[in-house]
Amino acid sequence: MATDENGKFGRYGGQYVPEALMAAVEELDDAYRRYVLENEDGFVDEFRERLRDFGGRPTPLQHADRLSERSGFDVYLKREDLLHGGAHKLNNALGQCLLAKYMGKERIVAETGAGQHGTATAMAAAHLGMECEVYMGERDINRQRPNVFRMRLNGATVNPVTTGRGTLKEAINETMREWATTVEDTHYVIGSVVGPHPFPAMVRDFQSVIGEEARRQTQEKIGGLPDSVVACAGGGSNTMGAFDAFVEDESVSLVAVEAGGSSLDVDEEAGVAPNSASLATGQEGVLHGARTKLLQDTAGQILESHSVSSGLDYAGVGPELANLVDEGRVTPVSVDDDAALEGFHRLSQLEGIIPALESAHAIAYLDRADPDDLGDSVVVNLSGRGDKDLESVVEETEKRDIGNAPEMGVFE
Amino acid sequence: MSRIDEVFEDTEAAFVPYLAVGDPDVESSVAYIEALARGGADVIELGLPFSEPIAEGPTIQHAVVRSLDAGMTPEKFFEVVERLDVDVPLVCMTYYNLVYQYGRREAQRASERASGDAASSEEPGPEPFVRRAAEAGIDGFVIPDLPVEESGPLRAACDEHGCDLVFIAAPTTRGDRLTAAVEETSGYLYVQARLGVTSARDDVSDQTTESLDRLAEYDIPKAVGFGISSGEIAREVVAAGADGVIVGSALVDIVAEGHESGESTTEVAERLEAKARELKEGALAGATQRAPRPERP
Repeated sequence: MATDENGKFGRYGGQYVPEALMAAVEELDDAYRRYVLENEDGFVDEFRERLRDFGGRPTPLQHADRLSERSGFDVYLKREDLLHGGAHKLNNALGQCLLAKYMGKERIVAETGAGQHGTATAMAAAHLGMECEVYMGERDINRQRPNVFRMRLNGATVNPVTTGRGTLKEAINETMREWATTVEDTHYVIGSVVGPHPFPAMVRDFQSVIGEEARRQTQEKIGGLPDSVVACAGGGSNTMGAFDAFVEDESVSLVAVEAGGSSLDVDEEAGVAPNSASLATGQEGVLHGARTKLLQDTAGQILESHSVSSGLDYAGVGPELANLVDEGRVTPVSVDDDAALEGFHRLSQLEGIIPALESAHAIAYLDRADPDDLGDSVVVNLSGRGDKDLESVVEETEKRDIGNAPEMGVFE
Repeated sequence: MSRIDEVFEDTEAAFVPYLAVGDPDVESSVAYIEALARGGADVIELGLPFSEPIAEGPTIQHAVVRSLDAGMTPEKFFEVVERLDVDVPLVCMTYYNLVYQYGRREAQRASERASGDAASSEEPGPEPFVRRAAEAGIDGFVIPDLPVEESGPLRAACDEHGCDLVFIAAPTTRGDRLTAAVEETSGYLYVQARLGVTSARDDVSDQTTESLDRLAEYDIPKAVGFGISSGEIAREVVAAGADGVIVGSALVDIVAEGHESGESTTEVAERLEAKARELKEGALAGATQRAPRPERP
């Protein structure tokens, strides 16, 4: 769905940012309309060409034989894990870095949670010869060390964010502050379909290549549309990327799998929601530039979210997804930490694919869904690969009783 | 004419201090705000802490954390405002989510009382927050994450309850945006002295003088904030054309130092009062050096 002229998706979205950023947001909106929507100066052609040659698009749509056998319906994996960098994040990072270049900006800043967006941005910036700084929560730096090294190898500076719990929310706060200081020569490559307009629409457009390819590929493989599309949802960029091409196809169910964390209950006293299920349990509010569904206490203070996967660990969600949920077009479901780890091990064992912990939530949902709801053919967006998660998977698996986990003890 | 309008009418150069309410606790905070009034504050900006203060630098971020850790809530904030023994206009500075949630919660309670049905689909909006704030004694609002474009409902609520709504003009605010900010603001225009976030600085940015030059033609009180840390800087900023100075981080620094070194509330209050006096005197000294203002019609 397009936004209205004020950048709203129904009641959600908008531009709730400090005045210092408004000029930049307006400039970006203008550039988005001209280059991305109208292909001025051949922007879209260059973007597609770079996605193909540098990124490795199109990614395959693979029939997951053993997972299908187990599930009782046909599972097709959209293999975004095979995109350069190992996650769907490059689609957006490359799009925004290229757009910044068309706009004449010299410098890139970005936030990152799991490090996948930071990594993709560092790669895109190096590829296009731009200076890049990435803000990352201290806790996430510890959880996702391989990605920190990858960013540095590509020439980016990684700045630790020490406020709050040191996860994605704080990293976004800090990047917005940094952007407010350097806004005249710097573009903020936001990593998801969140933030002030035009970010949610623009990031969706850069990511929508996922669903466009999947739609064409299912037609080639099964001669029609899938019955459902399943994707994990944190901020929601892989979700909207996978869903966008199917939103008008009413026969296709769209299922957003959120992180159920350790519990869906909120500990208001401690200011903690031990999950990241803002679509299913959040309340309407305003955060990071947009009106959307948020994990917040009754006064409106934002709660600390939790998920075993850094990439889903966020108290908000994209405004367009919030609207699609209100309209009944997207169904939000959730899968807890334990189940996500089970899903991680299941895909690794059955298909020889180690998924990102984020994507493992979508895999885990296949086991929990009522097969009647999903239908006979299901596209699952495998948004990223799990190499970055190996350390935390070993640690988290050891802490729990995960039925299908292999022996994870370290050899002495 | 609002109480804030009267202040800018009466004084040659207004001193507008900011403190985060509840930092480091309610009792100290009340003493500190009253000390600023004794030191010569003309208007006081009272921060209602929000967990995601994206416009603030480290000093005020830490103040927000101290206040929230000590249990600050919107209702406690209003209770502090009611208790304050000060005779100057008070401006509530906070982020839009707290304003919005206050109304949403009230609407939810009302609909539960009415029928027990699901929450009404009617947009609750910012009116209940503004109503409660006005009752408590708040004269105006600054909401740094609410640009003019999104401010319609809050503007309407402020008009209904006789409150001012202050907009910010940043160094990047030019052309139509500047005109809109000047037209929509009331009380004063908050002129952001430099790009970036709040913090105490020891120089005057070229961006400040450029902004004041750009704004000279507009007949609206201009209060400059972001980076003013001493009487000397206050003097320079006013001499460059400001009608007032807004000072936050330099005062919050005093609160933070006092908290960390275990100073008594009285000692910290005395230091704040002295600092306020320095800033007010600096501002007044600047007014004598200011180029004569164009006659107001």
